[in-house]
Amino acid sequence: MVSQRPNGLVSLEQVHVRYDPRATGDRALAGVDLTIAPGTFTGVVGPSGAGKTTLLRVLTGALRPSAGRIHRRRGLTVGYVPQVEAIDWSFPVSVADVALMGRPPAHRWPWSTPAERAAVSCMLDRLGLAGLERRHIRELSGGQQQRVFVARALLQGAELLVLDEPTAGVDVRTRHDLLHRLADLHRTTGVAIVLSTHDLNGMAAHLPRLVCLNRTVVAEGPPIDVLVPDVLERTFGAPMDVLRHSGLPVVVDRPDPAHHHHDHDHDHDHDHDHGSSRR
Amino acid sequence: MSALLEPLEYAFFRNGLAVSVLAGALCGLVGTFVVLRGMSYLGHGLSHAVFGAAAVGSVVGVGYYAAAGLGGLFTALTIGRLSSRRVLRADAVIGVVTTASLAVGVAALARWGQARRSLDAVLFGSILGVEPLDVGVIAFLAALTATVVALRYRTLLFATFDPEVAKAAGIRVDRLDDLVMALLALTVLGTMQVIGAVLVSATLVIPAATVRLITPRFGAMLVGSTVWGAVTGGVGMIAAYHLDVPPGAAITLVAALGFVAAALAGRAARRLRT
Repeated sequence: MVSQRPNGLVSLEQVHVRYDPRATGDRALAGVDLTIAPGTFTGVVGPSGAGKTTLLRVLTGALRPSAGRIHRRRGLTVGYVPQVEAIDWSFPVSVADVALMGRPPAHRWPWSTPAERAAVSCMLDRLGLAGLERRHIRELSGGQQQRVFVARALLQGAELLVLDEPTAGVDVRTRHDLLHRLADLHRTTGVAIVLSTHDLNGMAAHLPRLVCLNRTVVAEGPPIDVLVPDVLERTFGAPMDVLRHSGLPVVVDRPDPAHHHHDHDHDHDHDHDHGSSRR
Repeated sequence: MSALLEPLEYAFFRNGLAVSVLAGALCGLVGTFVVLRGMSYLGHGLSHAVFGAAAVGSVVGVGYYAAAGLGGLFTALTIGRLSSRRVLRADAVIGVVTTASLAVGVAALARWGQARRSLDAVLFGSILGVEPLDVGVIAFLAALTATVVALRYRTLLFATFDPEVAKAAGIRVDRLDDLVMALLALTVLGTMQVIGAVLVSATLVIPAATVRLITPRFGAMLVGSTVWGAVTGGVGMIAAYHLDVPPGAAITLVAALGFVAAALAGRAARRLRT
């Protein structure tokens, strides 16, 4: 059921998703309560199969839940940036074609107007893709392709930007660059951003708010509050320790007890947060 | 040259040529979506469904366009819906429809039919019997399809390239899918009489696939495929007359030669660049 509620772009109440309605086994999502407020920047973390992509698809409206309520602000425009693995790279489109796809046409004809082309150039420039308009999308690097999809979402006037694993398979420099650009967009345009990631230390720890998901919301809040051992163990089903480095939490696999004393020798310069939640 | 154009003296050939050029253009335009959406086998299946419906229509005394049109549209939408449920893959659904429809058509004609045209003509196409009405119908279908594609260009591109994201952006992707299926069914319906049930799918796939080898642009592929489809339709029809072969076979062979030439040219160009 979809209805409206004033506070929040999208709110989920007790949302359940089961891909095969005849199946009696596990649900992809089970009783998720979550609100995405305007102007927020949220990361969704969880193990493989935790329902991260399913949750994002429910937020975008591409997937209807099996049960529960969704409150969506009237006229909300959602820009979805899928995993690059899902794209057919042989499809005959240029960077400008992709960037303009989601924008309502300025006139009835197939070709773009000078104003639209100028908007594309401006957005590509802003995302560090200046001069690539006429290139085939396949000719770009993974990080550049990701940014073209961000440009497409922003050019369609998205108030909510949803990115599925934007840093999967990219190198450290590309990840850092994307994080920096998303933070800049968030600060300057006020667009709400939700992204999923496996990368706890390189991505999640740098975001203002995290949602720990394992079919349901295990915890949500600032990284310093939710990246704690008991929440991580409930989310990922594996023991993890959390160190502190330059004020940021750093998640590490809990060492094998047989080698525990050895690892402590190397941890003397970190504040070792061992098991207690700060929530 | 004059010997080559000699058949234009005959009214039946002029009608046949007009239909084959228009059919080639229409199939080229719709074929762009068929190729990019991975629906090649669907075109093949639909032509058989249209054949089955037309055969049943001729037995019970319903006109070709009414029977084949209803049968084609119904089948196109049914295949789309059944395959979107993801219980069976689209190719399995199309396989069932293809064989069942062909069997219905053949059985109906064999048992009760006094077919106006021979089975060969229905399966492989014929220049004979093309009426001015057929030219008018296909001209209308081509104009309608070009207008729809022009007006919905951006959303069709979005929904074809990235349906999941298009859905998230608020585009009614399911309705656009139905629209593409309906255009495809109408295209098969309009072109099957000249090209034949067996080879309609070739005219849907080969010109678009050929142009895709040459251009990396969606817009250029739409235009190029339409123009190349019209050229292969016209050249194929003239070849059919002179070689005394069914037009469907001649048009398909001309299109296939074009594909081979484009593939070889592309390979040579890549070698020159490296």
